[in-house]
Amino acid sequence: MKIQEADAKSLLAAQGLPVPPWTVARDPAAARRAAERLFAEGADAVVIKAQVLVGGRGKAGGVKLAKDAAEAEAVASRILGMDIKGITVVKVLVAPAADIVKEFYLACVLDRAARRVLFMGSAEGGVEIEQVAHSDPDAIRTIHAHPHLGLLDFQARWLGFELGLGAHLKEFVAIAKGLYATMIANDADLVEINPLAIVRERAADGTVSEHLQCLDAKVTLDDSALDRHPGLEALRDLDEEDPVDVQARHEGLSFIRLEGDIGCMVNGAGLAMTTMDLVKRAGGQPANFLDIGGGAKSDKVAVAMGLILSDPSVKAILVNIFGGIARGDEVARGLVEARAEQKRVVPLVVRIVGTNADLAAEVLRGVPGIEAASSLDDAVEKAVAAAKAAA
Amino acid sequence: MSILVGRETRLLVQGITGREGTFHAQQMQAYGTNIVAGMTPGKGGQTALDGTVPVFDTCSAAVRETGANTTVIYVPAAGAPDAIMEAVGAGITTVFCITEHIPALDMLKVMPVVQAAGARLVGPNCPGATSPGRAKVGIIPATIHREGRIGVVSRSGTLTYEVVQALTDAGMGQSTCVGIGGDPIIGSTFIDILELFKADPETSAIVLIGEIGGDAEELSALWKTANIPDTPMVAFIAGRTAPPGRRMGHAGAIISGSGGSAASKIAALEAAGIHVAESPTHIPRLLQEIGVRPN
Repeated sequence: MKIQEADAKSLLAAQGLPVPPWTVARDPAAARRAAERLFAEGADAVVIKAQVLVGGRGKAGGVKLAKDAAEAEAVASRILGMDIKGITVVKVLVAPAADIVKEFYLACVLDRAARRVLFMGSAEGGVEIEQVAHSDPDAIRTIHAHPHLGLLDFQARWLGFELGLGAHLKEFVAIAKGLYATMIANDADLVEINPLAIVRERAADGTVSEHLQCLDAKVTLDDSALDRHPGLEALRDLDEEDPVDVQARHEGLSFIRLEGDIGCMVNGAGLAMTTMDLVKRAGGQPANFLDIGGGAKSDKVAVAMGLILSDPSVKAILVNIFGGIARGDEVARGLVEARAEQKRVVPLVVRIVGTNADLAAEVLRGVPGIEAASSLDDAVEKAVAAAKAAA
Repeated sequence: MSILVGRETRLLVQGITGREGTFHAQQMQAYGTNIVAGMTPGKGGQTALDGTVPVFDTCSAAVRETGANTTVIYVPAAGAPDAIMEAVGAGITTVFCITEHIPALDMLKVMPVVQAAGARLVGPNCPGATSPGRAKVGIIPATIHREGRIGVVSRSGTLTYEVVQALTDAGMGQSTCVGIGGDPIIGSTFIDILELFKADPETSAIVLIGEIGGDAEELSALWKTANIPDTPMVAFIAGRTAPPGRRMGHAGAIISGSGGSAASKIAALEAAGIHVAESPTHIPRLLQEIGVRPN
């Protein structure tokens, strides 16, 4: 699960990491009030940042500076409502603009191949790390945390020296270990600070000092672990979710809406992707990815059918079930129930094989509007033909 | 021979008294798998499968009393990491974990324990393995198999069934079919299983079923070139048309940037001389084109 920058910063701050203060505003007036407070506290300028879960907001114009409260309000009104990669901006983060001396990159991420937590650091911060990895891979320093003991002090020191942060070593070690703590405390897959920056701060008496601060944060959470962190579910940003996705998740279905007109209902993620691939190969366009999972009961099948049909562009539905844990007759009963309740009837091509396929065939026999298919290829062809005929 | 499971398998079923555990233990026993013990804490002294299988409180008791050498885990996600570590601590050398939704950081902690014990873990979130005519461990339906010499290894569940069914329909039998699981952190990789197939005199061709995300297919292609250049091999990749950046069910199935895409995998596999099928049903034909005959 992706979470917004502001929420990621809360998780970092909870582990004691140095994060500058921020406010989230949903309208220009609130952004102005937030900016007024920051200027009153001595900020020279504020930064207004679009809160969206897609990358590249800076390039899209979603991050701007403002020199006074009136400008903050004007900037916020331009950013709010902006479209960034298909997402409408509905909230902005307002924070003091930092006096940046130098920017770094620091992240810890799940390294699947090594089965370890990998720390990545670079003295080239503030830019997309994928670009650095591509253009200058040697600029990224990496080290694996111990699977049981975590990031050890000497590892954190090594990384700090490699990044040229010898003058800020104590601060850096605390931040690196705090990153790991954030990961463990929340079951995160990724905790990224970009930039981690040396910032210049002027105290009330005029003395100037330099400190490390986490100016931007990105955290993604392990969906499989959300059950044991009930508080984190509240960080899910429903502003950016299709209501159908929300409903699917509540039902325990894995559903992704796509652009096409052939609804797909499949058990198993790999088979569901394959079914989509074959639909495209046969000249059709899948309307969704849907994995009903193992052991789906008839009521879940009916819900899945409702989700597919909630998309008005769906002209035909392809059901492809290879029974293993899932029992074919359960799915068939669900299809018949859903059929009886449907207001909108579209051609339904059904292929059920594996566990209890014989019983499934009996359940489906003679039900109007259901076309049986034997093989996967046959089912795909029939569904594509049905969608074309209905178009 | 075959790999991982066979006639020498003495199987322990962890979670045998649960709904899934009971159902699949019956299926495995009916297939001829030698189930020697069940294990559910607090139910030691009972029996399962119509009195044929003793149930123990601990893995160590099960191993001591029955000589179990392999285990299959149907324990919910909250207890599954512990179940894996208990099994390897008791001396079990091959562990299949069927459980899905185990947090990745839990698996990170489990893996060094498994490795230190010298054991092999397959999964989690995997369908298990079947050596047709010998033994089946996990949840793969028994009816799809045919005895033969093709090794099948897959990251997927039901897609594996589809491929195996296509092989069987074409009269092409299998030595062992293994599902390694779709989670980010898994105990056995494609290459781990390919190494076992390489060492198995009864496996003479290989089918690899991959999907988008990660680089396991690319690494497998390189490994094939270096280690088994002459073994006939065909692959299938699910997710050719998946939109980038969206998670397609499996945690592993996400394309980020250009890495992990179907195109990158297919290019790597083809560069290693591995034919990549466009549909599961094309796999038997591609195998025949490189000299693998029905048996």
